[in-house]
Amino acid sequence: MPSHAHATSAVELDHVTLQLGHRAVLRDVSLSVRLGEFIGVLGPNGAGKTTLMRAILGLLLPTHGELRVFGRTPQEGDPKIGYLPQLRTVLPDLRVRGVDFIGSSLNGHRLGLPSLTRAERKAIEATLDDVGARELGARPLNEMSGGERQRLLLAQALLGNPRLLLLDEPLIMLDARHQEIAIDVVRKVCRERSITVLFSAHELNQLIGALDRVLYLGHGQAVLGTVDEVVTAPVLSRLYGTDIDVVRANGHIFVLSRGRDVERDAHVHEDGHGHHH
Amino acid sequence: MGTITDMFAYDFMRHAFVAAGIVAIVSGLTGYFLVMRGQTFAGHALSHIGFAGATGAGLIGLAPLWGLVGFTLAAGIVMGAMSDRISNRDVAIGVVLALALGFGLLFLHYYAGFATQATALLFGNVLAVSDPTIWTLAGLSVVTLVGLGIIMRPLIFASLQPELAEAKGVRLRPISTIFLALVALAVSACAQIVGVLLVFTLMVGPAAAAQRLTNGLWAGLALSAGLALVEAWAGLTMAFYSDWPVSFCISLLSAAAYFAALGAPTPRQTAVVHEH
Repeated sequence: MPSHAHATSAVELDHVTLQLGHRAVLRDVSLSVRLGEFIGVLGPNGAGKTTLMRAILGLLLPTHGELRVFGRTPQEGDPKIGYLPQLRTVLPDLRVRGVDFIGSSLNGHRLGLPSLTRAERKAIEATLDDVGARELGARPLNEMSGGERQRLLLAQALLGNPRLLLLDEPLIMLDARHQEIAIDVVRKVCRERSITVLFSAHELNQLIGALDRVLYLGHGQAVLGTVDEVVTAPVLSRLYGTDIDVVRANGHIFVLSRGRDVERDAHVHEDGHGHHH
Repeated sequence: MGTITDMFAYDFMRHAFVAAGIVAIVSGLTGYFLVMRGQTFAGHALSHIGFAGATGAGLIGLAPLWGLVGFTLAAGIVMGAMSDRISNRDVAIGVVLALALGFGLLFLHYYAGFATQATALLFGNVLAVSDPTIWTLAGLSVVTLVGLGIIMRPLIFASLQPELAEAKGVRLRPISTIFLALVALAVSACAQIVGVLLVFTLMVGPAAAAQRLTNGLWAGLALSAGLALVEAWAGLTMAFYSDWPVSFCISLLSAAAYFAALGAPTPRQTAVVHEH
């Protein structure tokens, strides 16, 4: 096995099958994400976006094949990975300052009393600055808007200088303007520090300007490539398991099934009914 | 009406102040985390399950306190181990706690001294606390606080951000199980003072008020313990001079503090930021 110092890929899947219970979420998938790439992760609900991220985090072992992160088998609690989970836990009406909230993740696995060193406080301030959220440190969480919380979580994911960032649906609670801001911030910070990004989202169009390649998941399969290679009628029809049309207009791409925009539908559905995956 | 020295002229009052003081502090601190995790109902249920343990212990000739500790501890561990499935399900917990109360009643039915024993367990009997009981309460409290101190960091992380905590290597289930076991010990101690029906007054009231009034963790913990202590001691004093039941006085003060906190303006931290 190559040592991670010489790894040329950030994430590598070699005939990987990921299973949840008896259901194979991904079947025999092989792909390689290069160092420093910004990958948009797309696909219908339940296609395995979160499952793939959990496998990369070492929380789920492949039933077949080999998954490598920087040339190594994934390990739980890998400090090289920054993670922004999809917000499934509804935060209680809690008055916790932003800085304490983020601070809880620093060495949060260690036993003992929580305390932050000066250096850790400095690091938190610096990362808040990076995402333009300095003022959030002193504000209690229950007074923040959805956009502010997401920025706080993004700052947290960047703590400790990760080499790989896993962002699971970071746009979901944001309005259009804040979505753009969030994408720009991620793009800028990760470019500067050559961090590899897996950014899952419901809509391709918001990400088109930022991403290097797109990873489309669906029907147990995964296709990684440029937008032109992947977002085509034949490829997406296979992944969605239904006839898909791809319409391009003014630099936007619409993925349609029988005339309906499947991505927009998925988004509306999730907003209306909460998350099941 | 007498003076303060009158009150402390009695052994049972001195004992009551010591016992209530110890228990109030441990209840305030433990309760803060219960509120943070949104598990207050689980704490309530543990005390009811403890009622069955206490009466059952009395039936077989053991001290009720050990029945209380044994049952709450076992229930806390089971709830923690099944955390995903039951510990946050109000209906399942409600059914189990009602069943536990029912069993408590059954055990009492076969127990001599039915009425006084039942009242003492349900509503507390802090004025009858003996020296050995104080030592037992102190022991339970020390174990609880040391345990909380050991798991505090991962407990907070897991409470605030379970998904991320798991990804960062925190074992959610053991943390949750250990926490509920510690809550069980605190509940057992608390029930000695205010009774199984009123553990909310010391475990949840002060903690919830402190959550409303503070932004920082340590300030919140300190205020929660401080409020519980003041409510317990003021409640004892009030009971001494009014001849009302102690648990009533404490529950009154706890509710008053909580509703006052609800009405109080929330603390502002934004102003501090501009000074930087």
